[in-house]
Amino acid sequence: MFDFALQSAWLIPLLPAIAFAVIGLGTRQNKQLSAKIAIAAISVSFVLAWSVLGAVLTNNITVEAPFIAKTVWTTIGKIELAMGMLIDPLTVVMLTVVTTVALLVEIYSLGYMAHDPGMGRFYAYVSLFVASMLGLVLAISFFQMYVFWELVGLCSYLLIGFYYYKVSAREAAKKAFITTRIGDFGLLLGIIMLQIYVGTTDFAELQLQLPHYIDVSGTGMLTLIAFLLFIGPIGKSGQFPLHVWLPNAMEGPTPVSALIHAATMVVAGVYLIARAFFLFNQIPIVLEFIAWLGAFTAIFAASIAITQRPMKRILAYSTISQLGYMMMALGVGSVTASMFHLMTHAFFKALLFLGAGAVIEAMHEEADIFKMGGLKERMPVTCKAMTVGVLAIAGIPPLAGFFSKDEILAAALEHNFFLFLIGSITAFMTSFYMARLLFVAFYGELKDDCPAEETNDFMRYPLVILAGLSVVSGIWGHFFGFGEWVRFGAPVHEGINFFVAFSSVVLAAAAIWLAYAIYVEKRWSAHGLAARWGIFYNLSYNKYYVDEFYVIVRYYGCFVVARILYWIDLNIIDGAINMLAKLTGAVGGTLNRAHCGSVQAYVICFYGGAILVMGYALIYAYKVLSMAGGAF
Amino acid sequence: MIDLQKAFELVVNIGLPHCLLLSAVLFSIGLFGLLTRRSIIAVLMCVELMLNAVNINLVAFNRFGSMPDHAGQLMAIFGIVVAAAEVAIGMALAIKLYRERNTINVDELDELKG
Repeated sequence: MFDFALQSAWLIPLLPAIAFAVIGLGTRQNKQLSAKIAIAAISVSFVLAWSVLGAVLTNNITVEAPFIAKTVWTTIGKIELAMGMLIDPLTVVMLTVVTTVALLVEIYSLGYMAHDPGMGRFYAYVSLFVASMLGLVLAISFFQMYVFWELVGLCSYLLIGFYYYKVSAREAAKKAFITTRIGDFGLLLGIIMLQIYVGTTDFAELQLQLPHYIDVSGTGMLTLIAFLLFIGPIGKSGQFPLHVWLPNAMEGPTPVSALIHAATMVVAGVYLIARAFFLFNQIPIVLEFIAWLGAFTAIFAASIAITQRPMKRILAYSTISQLGYMMMALGVGSVTASMFHLMTHAFFKALLFLGAGAVIEAMHEEADIFKMGGLKERMPVTCKAMTVGVLAIAGIPPLAGFFSKDEILAAALEHNFFLFLIGSITAFMTSFYMARLLFVAFYGELKDDCPAEETNDFMRYPLVILAGLSVVSGIWGHFFGFGEWVRFGAPVHEGINFFVAFSSVVLAAAAIWLAYAIYVEKRWSAHGLAARWGIFYNLSYNKYYVDEFYVIVRYYGCFVVARILYWIDLNIIDGAINMLAKLTGAVGGTLNRAHCGSVQAYVICFYGGAILVMGYALIYAYKVLSMAGGAF
Repeated sequence: MIDLQKAFELVVNIGLPHCLLLSAVLFSIGLFGLLTRRSIIAVLMCVELMLNAVNINLVAFNRFGSMPDHAGQLMAIFGIVVAAAEVAIGMALAIKLYRERNTINVDELDELKG
């Protein structure tokens, strides 16, 4: 009954794209109509995406036997560029997650953006983003994926800079675009080299040809290609050291943060590696690198999040940390755990961001959690939803985060004990800073001048739905065989590892208790602790000075080189030209003296010249005649 | 006793070298005057001398040349006509110059430069 969905899956990205065109070209000025068009388009995509899920389940489509429909788009020389769609369980997870979160976020934006004059523009951009993201998910080749990869980057840029009249938003948009471009460049190089050395970028063909290629040529060049391909995800998915753009990306409207910079776009890198896992799987050293970089990013970002004060920035570093988790899961070879966490994370992180947006809007753009407090009484629904989100990300059973994090930690434990250790410490920190956010903002004492009120229905119900998804998506994935479903033949952990589950629950509970003790009971003073651990506090609060490091790199890498080049340009290149001009001037000045104005002097020159010519003619004639026989 | 016959021949049998010598001397005198005289009238007169030296050359080559015809004389007459025109214009310029500048000294007329 769902077969129609497979044949019409191409409509899923096309409808939001049409919505973008209609809103962008026509109805931009009409806020309500624009919103309705965008939401109608995404609703149909949403229904189609879930129908595709049904089709995949009923038609027994697996990762090994995907549904592929493609057509040749253009031919350049011998290279055939095909566009099409590849549908397998991996695609469907992303399709459902993206359309679900996008639909909820667009409904939420009806409330959030209601008073913004740019609401039509907002819906146009979001529709374009959803179209690009869904196109990326359906891509059949690296080439097609790259096209949409750049498109989502563009949308991210447009939406971060949505409040373009704010300097910080413009700067953040530029930073995001330039930083991710560095990664995209690596990805592009990787794709080009793949085309040159292996001869195709099509996922299905690559999967067939790769073993043959390795038999013939070995893995040397492939290792380089895999590293280059991985640079793209480092930029897009905010891995260290290109994570710096993601916290600044929160300058955009909060629904955008929820949709793009938490739930969907930033996981494009994770998705790319999962999609091309058959390639990375051939090169253990790259996988090892991915695992350790992911683990490092996870613990690094978590340790920053502990001391941050603005609510959205805490969530941003939390996102980086969770993306590191997903990368680590991929690196240890468990696509299942990574995709499972990607799905649950999308739900609870979107929930947290939308909740944060509601709170910040209610607080009249005040983002510092220490200036909030006691919001539980003012915003009960939001508070309950946020509590669910925090418990989900902390990994308290039976919420979503528990199951997916358990999968990742179990996979890490099988691979390397230290990765498991880093993962567990990160989980502890995650629980701590999320509990800190919750306790400080919602539970403490209500401030006297607190302006917060419960938000409107459009903003409240998506939170409730996402909270519900955060509860059930883990259990559903666990008991209905997510691991059976999304797999690449790589080691997949089945069932709960009780050692891992027990230790992570104890750690999460301990962290929440610690946060409760510090921020609610005030058993220890937070300021006292910060003063006692001054160095670590400062390092963490200043984000390990990575931004400052980039400023220095930019200064020496860019400005100093530019100044040297400027000096060379000024003194050597311009100098040569100026010298030539001066030389001409000097010669002219010298010769000018001969031009004295006295007619008689000219006559002397004239006769002098005539005598010279005559003399030369005589000598020449003498030579010619003497050769002819000596007439003289 | 002076050999009158020989002296007569020397004087009367004037050949091409004599004419060319006269012409060269005239030309040199004219050139010397052209370069050294300060008065524009004298300069013009020297130019006339040089033109006439050329005319003597033309006539001499016509008289003693290997192919006697009247081309040389014709050219000399053309030269004389041109010289007359030149002198007329030159004198007119000199008079005009004197009225404008109150001088005919060529050293003071040195504005013709870049």
